[in-house]
Amino acid sequence: MKRRLAAGVAAGVALTLGLSACGGGTGENKSDTSGNNASTTAAFNVAVDKVFNPSDKKGGVMKFAISSDWDSTDPGDTYYGLSWNLARLYTRALVMFKVAPGTASNEVVGDLAEDVGTPSDGGKTWTYKLREGLKYEDGTPILAKDVEYAVSRSLEKATLVNGPTYFDDFLDLKGYKGPYSDKGKDNPAIDTPDDRTIVFHLKKPYGGFDYFAQLPSTAPVPQAKDTGVKYKEHPVSSGPYMFKSYSAGKGFTLVRNPNWDPSTDPNRKALPDQYDVAIGVNADDVDNQIIAGTIQVDIAGTGVQPAALGRVLGDPTLKARADNPYALRLNYTSINPKVAPLDNIECRKAVMYAADRTLYQQAYGGPLAGGDIATGLLPPGIPGFQKLSVYPAGPDNKGDLAAAKDALQKCGQPNGFATNMAYRAERPKEKALAEALQQSLGRVGIKLTLKGFPTGDYFSLYAGKPSYRNGNKLGLMSNSWGADWNDGFGFLSQICDGRVIRETGGSSNLSVNIPEVNTMIDQAAAETDVNKRNPMWAAIDKRVMEEAVILPGVWAKQVSLRGTETTNVFVNDQYGMYDYLAMGLK
Amino acid sequence: MVVGPSTPVSDQVPLGEEPTEAAAPGRVIEGRSLGQIAWRRLKRDRVAMAGALVIILLVLMALLAPLIVKWLGQDPNGFHTDKIDPATQQPTSTFPFGAFDSKHLMGVEPPFGRDIFSRVVYGARISLLIAFVATLLSVIIGASLGIIAGFFGGWVDWLISRAMDLFLAFPLLVFAIALAGVIPDRAFGLSGDTLRIVLLIFIIGFFNWGYIARIIRGQALSLREKEFVDAARSLGARGPYILVREMLPNLIAPILIYATLLIPTNILFEAALSFLGVGIRPPTATWGGMLSEAVRYYTLPHFMFWPGIAIFVTVLAFNLFGDGLRDALDPKTR
Repeated sequence: MKRRLAAGVAAGVALTLGLSACGGGTGENKSDTSGNNASTTAAFNVAVDKVFNPSDKKGGVMKFAISSDWDSTDPGDTYYGLSWNLARLYTRALVMFKVAPGTASNEVVGDLAEDVGTPSDGGKTWTYKLREGLKYEDGTPILAKDVEYAVSRSLEKATLVNGPTYFDDFLDLKGYKGPYSDKGKDNPAIDTPDDRTIVFHLKKPYGGFDYFAQLPSTAPVPQAKDTGVKYKEHPVSSGPYMFKSYSAGKGFTLVRNPNWDPSTDPNRKALPDQYDVAIGVNADDVDNQIIAGTIQVDIAGTGVQPAALGRVLGDPTLKARADNPYALRLNYTSINPKVAPLDNIECRKAVMYAADRTLYQQAYGGPLAGGDIATGLLPPGIPGFQKLSVYPAGPDNKGDLAAAKDALQKCGQPNGFATNMAYRAERPKEKALAEALQQSLGRVGIKLTLKGFPTGDYFSLYAGKPSYRNGNKLGLMSNSWGADWNDGFGFLSQICDGRVIRETGGSSNLSVNIPEVNTMIDQAAAETDVNKRNPMWAAIDKRVMEEAVILPGVWAKQVSLRGTETTNVFVNDQYGMYDYLAMGLK
Repeated sequence: MVVGPSTPVSDQVPLGEEPTEAAAPGRVIEGRSLGQIAWRRLKRDRVAMAGALVIILLVLMALLAPLIVKWLGQDPNGFHTDKIDPATQQPTSTFPFGAFDSKHLMGVEPPFGRDIFSRVVYGARISLLIAFVATLLSVIIGASLGIIAGFFGGWVDWLISRAMDLFLAFPLLVFAIALAGVIPDRAFGLSGDTLRIVLLIFIIGFFNWGYIARIIRGQALSLREKEFVDAARSLGARGPYILVREMLPNLIAPILIYATLLIPTNILFEAALSFLGVGIRPPTATWGGMLSEAVRYYTLPHFMFWPGIAIFVTVLAFNLFGDGLRDALDPKTR
């Protein structure tokens, strides 16, 4: 699960979610930023599926700001969407999502590699061929073994604790732990037959390996320059910009990398001369500075604060500078089938019918800052998305009370029942959600006791720990998820696969354990044909909904503000935020 | 108190009188107890009386909250989503104080449009209840231990004084946050809000007795050397009797003063805990909790203004009254 920064005054760092889209395309077209796909007129939402103010003008200092620091600038040690977005400025991974607005970004194209990976052995072996003439910032050539080293060091979770674990989980490592623990040993899962070829061996077939190859942890790291946890202070650049200065927790400056050759890189325009990233600016101040034009982008990418929302939407000039993209994230409520009387599906259905979805939306910030009312798990941007209507909430989305009472009757609790609702205490939106559900379920006699838990231990000790949630009868638990990229595997596997539930806690799956669904997930993951695979994810979505163990809330959206001086602005669907690689200055 | 030769030796007569006034020559003192004298002084202090009036009104408001709210027809937890613009999350009314109208005297709060007036009125119940009872607890513990320490001295004093030091040095806020976080839903035969309230009273009351104990101990130390105590002792009175009948009545004044000044501190402390989210659980309204929600919407000043002003007025009223009471009971400190 990709993380995102929650920059609220009261909220701390929030775990996030990722995004998804379809993938697996080939081709290396330079991103097309002209024609009908562009606009120069400022208007609300103009940068969501078009390029706003297209430009090739180089120069200028781009000012980025963010309210709180993220995990790391080390490409092998980061799990924030904003960081993956930003890392493309100073690193190049094997492949990348096409730099383009709208669904075009679902296509995976070669970055360091000439093209996407070639599968063989039924999807168990993936081969990539690097481009010619690639160089680091110091002019030394980028070799295939540097990519192998970068992936190997990212396995060292004891040292580099933050990154995703896909390579740990899927590579056929045969016990290999990484270059720090197993000094001098070769990673048996990665071969480099020559300086430009790299081969990955997996434990089991996986059709979406290109999604792993776009992770920043495949960006090359020269072994001699690796300083472990301190590498984040100066990651050796393979991209168009390199670190000039770095001040922990305060910010850093990126300047042009003289050894980056545009002819080896069809994806990057590299317009500004310099990037100044300020960390630790008050969240409300970031909004005010963007409005005033002294900062160009809030790189947290989570939208404006509630305080600025009314101002932005109320002022036509400001509203014309705002966009309202999907974050491709689902905010939902897990319904625990291990707690009586919710062990009876009819009682769970009563919850589904009785919930007022408009209040759910309001709790998260309304239709613009909160999101669209969700009818299923997969957000609309994910390939294979099908609009479901398993438990319609009435014509006005305020809940179907007749159906809810009917379900309560069948469940043997005609007057309703009492249960507990868990939420993360430091998150005002989840608290508002708990109050909203208490109100709307109360209409049919389902009484909720609200229980806030510390955000940091929510999954490890409380709601995420089966013994705790069942023993303390947590019937409903607020939850939230986004995948690491736009695809059903990334979105559904961690929240619908019952086998990821651990007795020791920590899993984000709080309520779904359906043997049939587990099998369906295995089948879909192994399918290498994307056109067959996507409908399989939609079927899983429907099956989970039928079980009534997840009450979908909102497909998250946010209100973001474009800087006054920026050109080439668009939202990259893969990150659900502005594309930091494409942006230039007037 | 001077025990003159013509006065019957009794431990009751000297109790209520101020030595200076009693000693004034030629004045007939007719039934004017210390309380009456203090009351006369207090009545003349307009600021203190205003504070007292506000306190009485607040207590009435808290006690009658259900009636007030019923009369105006707004449930403190009821949603009025029609009063909030869903997109901007702001009250739809353009009046400066947000959705202010005859039904919502103080406007409504985002995101669900709950009535701020009803919530402020109900918030008074929690704030005052916790502050009063916690103060009572602190005073009972602190005064008892303070008198005992001051009167007996020796190892008893040493032990209690070290305990005071311990409690005074205790990182109370951190402890309160930790304890409120781990407390189960049901304990000691209580559950839900009742348990949280009892718990908050315990945390605030039990850990705050050090200050009052220290003050009372100091007073008791000097009192026990006074002649009337010596007299009682020489007549054969024993420890507990002297403590309760000789010392305690002379300590009522500092105890009362301190209690009045402790109440506003406790109101602020409860607000701080609610602000940090470790107080009463939602949706029950508390002033601190409302403030903490309002911070996210600082561009809607009315949301923060009303609970803020409620805390401000309450704390100010108690402080003014407490000051006046001290002046009245103990004119030397004026």
